[in-house]
Amino acid sequence: MTTTEVAPAPAGRGAEQPAPRRHASPWKRRAPLLPALIFTIAVTQIPFLVTVFYSFQSWNLVRPGSQYFVGFQNYIDVFADSTFRTAMLNTVVLTVVCVFVSMVLGLGLALLLDRKFTGRSVVRTLIITPFLILPAAGALLWKTAMFDPVHGLLNFVFGTDIDWLSAYPLGSVMTQVIWQWTPFMTLLILAGLQAQSKEVLEAAQVDGAGRWRTFASITLPQLSRYLQLAALLGAIYIVNSFDAIYLMTQGGPGTASTNLPFYIYQRAFEGFDVGQSSAMGVIVVILTLIVATFTLRLMFRTFDVSGGVK
Amino acid sequence: MRLGRISLTAFTWLVAILFVFPVIWMVLTSFKTEADAYTDPPKLFFTPTLEQFAGVFERGFLPYLANSGFVTLISTLAVLLLAIPASYALSISPVKGTSNVLGFFLSTKMLPIVAAIIPLYVISQNLQLLDNVWALIILYTAMNLPLAIWMMRSFFLEVPKEMIEAARVDGAKLPTLLYRVVLPVVAPGIAATALICVIFSWTEFFYAVNLSAARAGTVPVFLSGFITSEGLYWAQLSAAALLASLPVMIIGWIAQNHLVRGLSMGAVK
Repeated sequence: MTTTEVAPAPAGRGAEQPAPRRHASPWKRRAPLLPALIFTIAVTQIPFLVTVFYSFQSWNLVRPGSQYFVGFQNYIDVFADSTFRTAMLNTVVLTVVCVFVSMVLGLGLALLLDRKFTGRSVVRTLIITPFLILPAAGALLWKTAMFDPVHGLLNFVFGTDIDWLSAYPLGSVMTQVIWQWTPFMTLLILAGLQAQSKEVLEAAQVDGAGRWRTFASITLPQLSRYLQLAALLGAIYIVNSFDAIYLMTQGGPGTASTNLPFYIYQRAFEGFDVGQSSAMGVIVVILTLIVATFTLRLMFRTFDVSGGVK
Repeated sequence: MRLGRISLTAFTWLVAILFVFPVIWMVLTSFKTEADAYTDPPKLFFTPTLEQFAGVFERGFLPYLANSGFVTLISTLAVLLLAIPASYALSISPVKGTSNVLGFFLSTKMLPIVAAIIPLYVISQNLQLLDNVWALIILYTAMNLPLAIWMMRSFFLEVPKEMIEAARVDGAKLPTLLYRVVLPVVAPGIAATALICVIFSWTEFFYAVNLSAARAGTVPVFLSGFITSEGLYWAQLSAAALLASLPVMIIGWIAQNHLVRGLSMGAVK
């Protein structure tokens, strides 16, 4: 995999250090790694290869014995399917908006938390709690207690009379996803803030840099790699969002809040169309790999893989 | 200045409470009667009752809880069993191509799980593993393994090289070396990794909903039963949601100092 090449590791605890003489036999050294490697290949790669195989078959489970090779027909059908395009667009919107908003909120919360004040650890505990609620529980909670048109808290607070899940299905789902992922962003960004060197900050203060100036020219540049990592990891998780959509809107009304994972699920488990849903799965993987390539590069390049953040 | 500090602190508290308010509301609702749960305006004060919790257990919560516990426990043990030697081989005694292997593990984490669900369903069906806890155990092990390897490796790298060299010079064999030198240093890291794996296994929804049902269903499957049942029982749903989330909430609070490291797969300490 070319994307994961690291620059020749500097001396020290890098990955490519010379082997100690005593353990010369490479197989002996590999032995502890092999069970994990073989298991992972078997469980994650083989099903995916089967998906690729299925994606070239016409196969509907409702019609047994209907399986035959169709070449790229499934892919052609998938791209001609307007629901697929809607789902793809919804996936992009959901991922980009949720990552962006939860990062902005996470940055705000992290800045509030990055100082000494009464009950700081309690506040931090409160803020990570939405991430620890079962996503399924969080989704149902928002669907009922928050968004319900008659008894929901949102309508009570705003004095409105809106059926949120019908009027703004994607927005409602995104609200729940943002709520769930903001703690993740907060924690990562807070770690970045706390990794700043105190001396540099103090020096800036001594030099008469204002608070905003210090933030813009010292903190933000320092923070940028944490922000990138947070964005990419968040994107990888949020692209797969399924719980919220399944439990809150079932992709509806119509296809208004259908994303790719939910649509693939629908085509496979409600439409029983193995061929087309597999083709969609392959497309999702290709799209994800593009994002993943950047993430891998980032993780290897800006973070010292051998020993955490530099 | 002092006033500014106090108001900023008050603001922080307010934001935190607002942010976590849906959870607070869930806790409150779980102690309400169904009648109290559907009032307009919503009730903040009411006579608490435990009837919803009793109702959750009457609805058959226990088997789901047992499934979740079993799946989480076994898959986490399996992850540790596979990940500890692997992270050793990727840190202390690194094999050739370590970065490629690490990249491979990470890339599997990025494969959308939806892309593999159909073959997994078909394979499980052929192996008689549909609605079977072992299917979930295998999948959760694979799901958490890359994360565990990355995270644990970052702890293994903290073992001082000099300690290992000194032990080798003293002629320590590998098991002794691992047990006496490496393990004491990395034990907290292994514990933290296990907790992170527990959180992810306990909350996993997609595999559970698609590959398990009444027999092997886990807690999220039980919760999803609330959308298909006639009407929604808010108070009972809140009680179920609270019971379902409580184990990971407690674990998460305990492990909060390691959460960042787990979520970033060891990249951020």
